[in-house]
Amino acid sequence: MTRRVKRTVALTLAAASTGCSGEQSALAPTGVEALAIDPLFWTATWVGVLVTLMVVVLVSIALYGPVSWRARLGSDWIVIGGGIVLPIVVLTVLFLYALFIMQANAVRSQEAGDEAVTIVGKRWWWEMTYTTADGEKVLSANELRLPVGRPVRLRLESDNVIHSFWAPQLAGKLDMIPGRTNEVVVEATEAGISRGQCAEYCGGAHALMAFYVVAMPPAEYDAWLAREAEPAQRPKTGQQARGHDVFMQNGCGGCHQVRGTAAQGLIGPDLTHVGSRHSLAAGMLTNDPEAFARWITDNQHIKPENLMPPFRQLSEEELSSLAVYLDSLE
Amino acid sequence: MREEELPNTLPRPEGELEGLRRAWAPPKGFRLITAVNNQVIGILYIGAAFLFFILAGILALIMRTQLAMPESELVSQDFYNQIFTVHGTTMMFLFSVPVVEALGVMLLPQMLAARDLPFPRLSAFALWAYVVGGLVFFSTVFYDLAPKGGWFMYPPLTLTEYSPGHNADFWLLGIGFIEISAIAGAIEIIVGTLRTRPPGMTLARMPIFAWAMLIFAAMIMIAFPAVILATMLLEIERAFGWPFFTADKGGDPLLWQHLFWFFGHPEVYIIFLPAAGLVSMMVPAMAQHKLVGYRLIVVALIATGFFSFGLWVHHMFTTGIPSLSLGFFSAASMAVAVPSGIQVFSWIATIASSKQRFRITTPSLFILGFLFIFTVGGVTGVMVALVPVDFQVHDTYFVVAHFHYVLIGGMVFPLFATFYYWIPMASRNMLSERLGRWVFWLMFIGFNVSFFPMHITGLIGMPRRVWTYPSDLGWNTLNMVSTVGAYILAAGVLLFIIDLFLRYRPTMSGGVGNPWNAGTLEWLPGDAYSSRSIPYVTSREPLWDQPNLSRDVEEGRYFLPGAPTGGRETIVTSPVDARPQYIIRMPGAGWSQLVAAIFMAGFFLLLSVKLVVPALISAFIFIIACIVWGWKLDHGPDKGPVDIGAGIILPTYMSGHRSHAWWAMMVLIVVASSLYLAYLFSYLYLWVVSPEVWAPQGSPDLPGIFWPIGTGLLVIAGAAAITVGGRLLPAPGRRRAAFVPVFGLGATCFLAALVAEFWGHWASGLRPTMNAYGAMVYMASFLNLQVIAACTMLAGFSIARYLTGKLDNVRRVNFENAAQFYYYAAAQMLLGLVLLHGFPRVAS
Repeated sequence: MTRRVKRTVALTLAAASTGCSGEQSALAPTGVEALAIDPLFWTATWVGVLVTLMVVVLVSIALYGPVSWRARLGSDWIVIGGGIVLPIVVLTVLFLYALFIMQANAVRSQEAGDEAVTIVGKRWWWEMTYTTADGEKVLSANELRLPVGRPVRLRLESDNVIHSFWAPQLAGKLDMIPGRTNEVVVEATEAGISRGQCAEYCGGAHALMAFYVVAMPPAEYDAWLAREAEPAQRPKTGQQARGHDVFMQNGCGGCHQVRGTAAQGLIGPDLTHVGSRHSLAAGMLTNDPEAFARWITDNQHIKPENLMPPFRQLSEEELSSLAVYLDSLE
Repeated sequence: MREEELPNTLPRPEGELEGLRRAWAPPKGFRLITAVNNQVIGILYIGAAFLFFILAGILALIMRTQLAMPESELVSQDFYNQIFTVHGTTMMFLFSVPVVEALGVMLLPQMLAARDLPFPRLSAFALWAYVVGGLVFFSTVFYDLAPKGGWFMYPPLTLTEYSPGHNADFWLLGIGFIEISAIAGAIEIIVGTLRTRPPGMTLARMPIFAWAMLIFAAMIMIAFPAVILATMLLEIERAFGWPFFTADKGGDPLLWQHLFWFFGHPEVYIIFLPAAGLVSMMVPAMAQHKLVGYRLIVVALIATGFFSFGLWVHHMFTTGIPSLSLGFFSAASMAVAVPSGIQVFSWIATIASSKQRFRITTPSLFILGFLFIFTVGGVTGVMVALVPVDFQVHDTYFVVAHFHYVLIGGMVFPLFATFYYWIPMASRNMLSERLGRWVFWLMFIGFNVSFFPMHITGLIGMPRRVWTYPSDLGWNTLNMVSTVGAYILAAGVLLFIIDLFLRYRPTMSGGVGNPWNAGTLEWLPGDAYSSRSIPYVTSREPLWDQPNLSRDVEEGRYFLPGAPTGGRETIVTSPVDARPQYIIRMPGAGWSQLVAAIFMAGFFLLLSVKLVVPALISAFIFIIACIVWGWKLDHGPDKGPVDIGAGIILPTYMSGHRSHAWWAMMVLIVVASSLYLAYLFSYLYLWVVSPEVWAPQGSPDLPGIFWPIGTGLLVIAGAAAITVGGRLLPAPGRRRAAFVPVFGLGATCFLAALVAEFWGHWASGLRPTMNAYGAMVYMASFLNLQVIAACTMLAGFSIARYLTGKLDNVRRVNFENAAQFYYYAAAQMLLGLVLLHGFPRVAS
């Protein structure tokens, strides 16, 4: 099958459900590793379909076939041929194909440069640390930005329970295990946004631990990273300034960092540029002031058991100022 | 055998049949709970397992209802996490393994024309411990106490820090007694298949199901100890903070995964092999033709058992292990497709060889459905064995689809075929063939509608174990379809239950004869005593090849047509060629195994909720019940040899390596060795991960070399004293004053060695909570303590038997059991000394 046809099949399968883009689909790869796995997957699928059809046909013959056909089927040789020779041949070929892909992947990983992002699985969000060209660490969260066409090393870690990092359109998944650092090299092949999700059950809100992958043209990416490295914007309007004060007075800085302010907490996600992210609460909410307000007061409903307490004591005015301030942190 | 050559002549003496009937009559009324007849225990056991299937199935329906629509709030996140954990745990531990053991208890003695399994009370014990413990465990979902770490319970999520409360303990301890139950069943099945076959049934004539059960039991012996060790380690870390799995202190969360999957993967084949064995019994009956490729199937079963221990890492492909291991385990995972292929093609070949045409009955439909579903599951199994593909589909709904195809297809469909096929053996009515077809089609269609779409759901991104999902990812319709399918499947199961209520009427007196005209011995006419006489078997399908066999067996013309010792008994034959060796005298109904079972379950469950004192009281009652139970088992040779027919005179007592007790103890020793090997693996594994915490650099210096040498000498002295004790056993009716002191000295040496080993490390300043090394060192002492505690009780029991005149140099099985286990303990302790004192010295 040509790639175009396969792509169509994949998208039809996804579209059969809702007609949406399938933005977390392993069948619509937009990364080098995912693209390498795709043909192996389809080969194995078609082999599987053929084997299943063969069994169905043979059983039908065994049940209803003419006597002479049945007599031929009813021998030890069928068992040896179908049960031993056939699987050994087919499986050896598939196995070698898989080894070849793994080997190519290993070579690609070795040849990749030093550009790296460290991602730490948290309960239930993702801490991302980028490194700028001059070696400065830039803390961010819940969104992986990538330069198209440039391999990036992802260092996957955890300081709590086991998580698994999976952005299916980019690559296969790899676990984040306390005490270890796992590495995978990813390379986006086209600009665009796709979604990923924690794939190892990590208790509580495991189902609600997602993130977005934003693949950008390299120049745009470099510009973005430079901006990301800067401290937070100062409040520009009165309401934003009011929000900033609410943020500081209510102890938000105990857990969250907003670089350039007194807020230096490292327990929760870094909020220095939270306003420019694609989503809030690890892929749970769209990023706008209303969502901030909802999250602050109602987060235990949006993401049950998450480690942030709800702040219901805030007045309407305080809450909206805070939301506007956070939204302004672009 | 020609008629005039049959072992026994007609007419049979008056009262012979009545004697047999009296010996085997199960108790009536409420006392039925004290029964030990395999046909009673088997039915209760299957019924209990089926109940858990229904209960876990209801949880599945709740989950499917929750997932029918995106962002649904029908159940809470926390409750969902509990029920998916309990669904998986119940299906694996409380349904699949027990139902297979139950079928073994029910069918094996009948297929082997044995009067019962060799340890009837052990089966009853396994059943009741499982029923009590299982029900309590399951009930935790009703009061928010259910574990929620997934059925695989990965730490650190399941450590106290991330799972406070008793929920996880219910899994760890609650599953403990089910593991004990499974091992009890394995002992029963191994000794049963190897030693209680009818004369003439060589291994090469053994029914495939018996082969499958033999391999099943062998796999349990090797696989279950790994998970038993894992649960001990995790519970100890939770309760006392020994850091086996905490990376900061040199532990490793992956140690759990290795131990768990070393059990967990074989577990799949533990479930599948017996089901395949059942299919290999039913296909020939429906084809009216012997199984094509019998020998190949036996080889395939053994190969599957063997390969299944080399696959565990394929559950860990995404943990970041080196690609060389990935390649090896991927190849091994694919290799296991070969033996499955052999079986599938053997069945196809047998169907093709049918005498007329393959009969399409309800069991046949379920078998054909199984062939289709299992093939699809096998094919997707090959896909997930391809490492790069697994990187994508691992922990997604694709895998959920895959293993339900393997487990429901490979096990539940054959099980329903089994119900329809064998119920006529134990019921006055057959089940309805008309309803049966509805049951099949509802289940088959419902299953595929439910699970086939999940392949796609997973590929387009849906992970497993999520209680809800967003509406904009394209998963909505597929999930709705899966839910509809689940309800269709459930309707099929419900219809089956209705059919059971309408038509199933249990009986022990032979059921409805041999409705499928099958060729194996379970279709002999019989009663509570199984078949009237025990046939001499000359082929794999005796009922097809030995004309008049049923009539001659029923008339008592074969072996052991009565109950010559007045109690329950069956013939023990040699393990390979099934030559009669002796008559085993078996216990009848009793309370002790029931009390033991209830209080053992009580011990584990009370410990789960940290009620330590009641737990200890429970344990005490359990031990007392075991002593009462064991006290009556060793009859000694008080009844002389008996004539079973054809001039064969068999003894009614046996000691030494021919005795069934010796075989059972050997099985237990294999289990204990597997456990200790799993410990050795864990020790070395953690050393590879964190050599920096090992002595002498990362921990206090090892105790001086005189400590292990002294301890080793104590162990050797103990073993020698026990050997001498055996020589000192007096002739029957005589006394030998030296026996108790010498044997007691041996036991004391072992206790002293245990203390010395512990104290040496303690005095060095090492503590178990310090780091993973300390935890591992004291874990060795903990494992020694377990074995020595059991040994000491066996020694005390033997001494009590001697003092009451029930132990001498003929009636010596109690002593032999204790001695065998002491020799094992000596080996374990010496190996431990070499490891704990030698390895760090060499490795540093």
